[in-house]
Amino acid sequence: MSRLTQLRVPDQDAPRAPTHAPGPGPLWRAVRPHRPTTPPVPAARKAETAPPEAPRTDRDPLQRRIVSIQFEDLAIARWLRWAAGRQDAPPDDLPVALSVEGPHGPIVHAVNRAARMAGIQPGARVVDMRALCPALRVAWADTDGDRMALERLMLWARRWCPWTALDGDDGLVLDTTGSDHLWGGEAALLREIEGQFSLLGLSTRLAMAPTHGAAWALARFGPVRAVVTPDGLAQATAPLPARALRLEGDTVLLLQRLGLKTIGDLAAVPRVSLARRFATTALPQNPLARLDQLQGRLPEPVNAEAEPPRFAVQARLAEPVQDPTAYLPDLCKDLCDALGAAGFGARRVTVTVYRTDGEVSQLSAATARPSRDPAHLMRLWGDRLDRIDPGFGFDLITLSADMAEDMRQVQTWLDGRADDGAQAAQLIDRLVARLGHHAVQVPAPLPSHLPERAAGWLPAMSLHDADPAALAAQDRPPCLFDNPEEIRVLYAVPEGPPAQFVWRKQTHRVTRFAGPERIAPEWWNDRPGTRLRDYYRVEAQAGHRLWIYRDGVLGDDRGDVPRWFVHGCFG
Amino acid sequence: MPPVQDPSDSLFPGADQAMDHVHALEPTLSECFATSTLDAAVIGFVCAQLAALAGDPRPVLWVQDRISRREAGRPYLAGLPRGLKLLHVMANRPVDVLWAMEEALYSSGVCAVLGEVWGDPPALDFTATKRLALRAEARAVPALLVRRAATPNLSAARQRWRIAALPALPEPYDNRAPGAPLWQAELFRARGRAPGSWVARQDHRGLVLSHATAPDTAMPAAARA
Repeated sequence: MSRLTQLRVPDQDAPRAPTHAPGPGPLWRAVRPHRPTTPPVPAARKAETAPPEAPRTDRDPLQRRIVSIQFEDLAIARWLRWAAGRQDAPPDDLPVALSVEGPHGPIVHAVNRAARMAGIQPGARVVDMRALCPALRVAWADTDGDRMALERLMLWARRWCPWTALDGDDGLVLDTTGSDHLWGGEAALLREIEGQFSLLGLSTRLAMAPTHGAAWALARFGPVRAVVTPDGLAQATAPLPARALRLEGDTVLLLQRLGLKTIGDLAAVPRVSLARRFATTALPQNPLARLDQLQGRLPEPVNAEAEPPRFAVQARLAEPVQDPTAYLPDLCKDLCDALGAAGFGARRVTVTVYRTDGEVSQLSAATARPSRDPAHLMRLWGDRLDRIDPGFGFDLITLSADMAEDMRQVQTWLDGRADDGAQAAQLIDRLVARLGHHAVQVPAPLPSHLPERAAGWLPAMSLHDADPAALAAQDRPPCLFDNPEEIRVLYAVPEGPPAQFVWRKQTHRVTRFAGPERIAPEWWNDRPGTRLRDYYRVEAQAGHRLWIYRDGVLGDDRGDVPRWFVHGCFG
Repeated sequence: MPPVQDPSDSLFPGADQAMDHVHALEPTLSECFATSTLDAAVIGFVCAQLAALAGDPRPVLWVQDRISRREAGRPYLAGLPRGLKLLHVMANRPVDVLWAMEEALYSSGVCAVLGEVWGDPPALDFTATKRLALRAEARAVPALLVRRAATPNLSAARQRWRIAALPALPEPYDNRAPGAPLWQAELFRARGRAPGSWVARQDHRGLVLSHATAPDTAMPAAARA
């Protein structure tokens, strides 16, 4: 503890005002290179002999103000919202758990409040928790989606301060140095942040401290909306448990066995003993380096990613107009110039009109490939501009590229043409703009024996290329019915092909047939009790060639007399 | 039991093979009418022509209206010519089928355009077919219009076919099974060539049209028995 007070760099009498001033902080941050997520090992090694030298006064890390935010139920809140959209949301008192794949079967990833009350532990195996609580409803977690949502939240949180970054899988870290006075002080800023996130339906725990490590520990283990100044740092963090140091589980267990249960215990241990034991370990297992980070001796700046570039152009009109068509070519050209200057291409563009009566209406279109061709963007609108309700006219038109991607120009022909499927991609854009995503598809064959399951389709926007090697060389019809049509059958022997059948109210007499081709159900996909299929290629007396199958075999103990279906027509 | 014969060389004993001619896809609008809605003979006839386009890096645009998809089924890649790239569009209305075909013919990103229209929608009139024909000729891209349950009204299609299924050739190694398919192809209106009626089949050269004496020539003895 005495060392801590020695290390306090700003003098006690200094007012808090300098921390709010936008002094050299941004400049210093701006010129620093990006730090890797794992700290450089020499820094940890240096701790072996002596504590890191105190930083210079104008770069004192204890003068930063860091806010750490933990989302308690981001995954479950996203899942509940998704389920509510499908009219499938469970009531609040029903225990729900989200699971992820573990090494020995699924493990619990997130739980709702009812499940937590029932004793469901995140990290435990789903089968164990089902034994504990048979009414538990388990769904798969969408960890990638959670990550993307968290990234969007990170950008959204730049409303409070310019530097925000992700912090683990369930948190954000904000460097609010110099921003809090805009929100009425530090406590008011924390209340504002908590209130805004609760409006989004997310419950948060948050704290503000001079270092990232202290803010992380206080947000998760400290009091509600803790605000800690550099003076009170040691006192506020001393009672927190050792796992508040962002250490891995086995390191925490080791510290507990050594009797070091709190951060205060750890800080009281002579530095040399800790250094001797942990000097060579990585950061998540190194309590000394974590303690240094918490106390500001090891710098840990907030590594805020650059914001993705935004592209938008607007036309302010002198008087309200009813039709945006005349202004769009110029807007498209300006937008494409801006995209070209930055080396980007638009994947999704939106035109927004601001009406004089305050209403806003918009229209968007997507492209399969990044594009910055004004003529192509112009053609995407087509006659859909009629859907914009102009009201009494509008006086501001905005055209923005909501999604932009890197776009490099490739020359594939010697004469300068770049014919690499761009024409087909532009055609897909126009078809999708009018008919919708689900109407334009490309085949994506799947590895399956069942014909309807092997015929996968993907939206054409994905520009998926079907692999011809994935197709087995079998006799298959060129067209397949979405739903096989049942036929009434007359046969000589139940195991053989039909002699005659009635399909679409017409009687067909089978003259020739080939088969059977037996396709077994996929036990890993199908329900128990699914019957096998015997496919026959038959030719009727009028020359119709059909692909029919019998669903099951007589006496397979999986139902009644097997039924017959037509699945497709041969050419 | 009939003697085993290779279907590719002599199809009809007594018919002159030199009279066969290979029908290639022409860069214009062709209409193919199906005589029956119960089979896919017209799709087989069209696919035999599209097989020449396999290996083209550009896709074939295949547009179906809603009834065609429900009644005739959706294209199944495993049953189509190998190496054919497909871009499938499901339009709700026949107007959208025609619009999608026109858009595809406007761009040079597709190697062929195939539309399936059910019945006789008012949108598919002489003007619409003429637009399609002129665009297809300007871009040199073949356009095919498959008509089911339709009457051959006024149209500007350069070739108008009527396709019916014929009993298939015998399978060389199984006399109970149907072999390579045969179609009765009647060209009832054409520009620049004489109309006619042929027995069509697919072999390694593509779609082959040959004059047959009667459809039942192709019927093997096993099927008649």
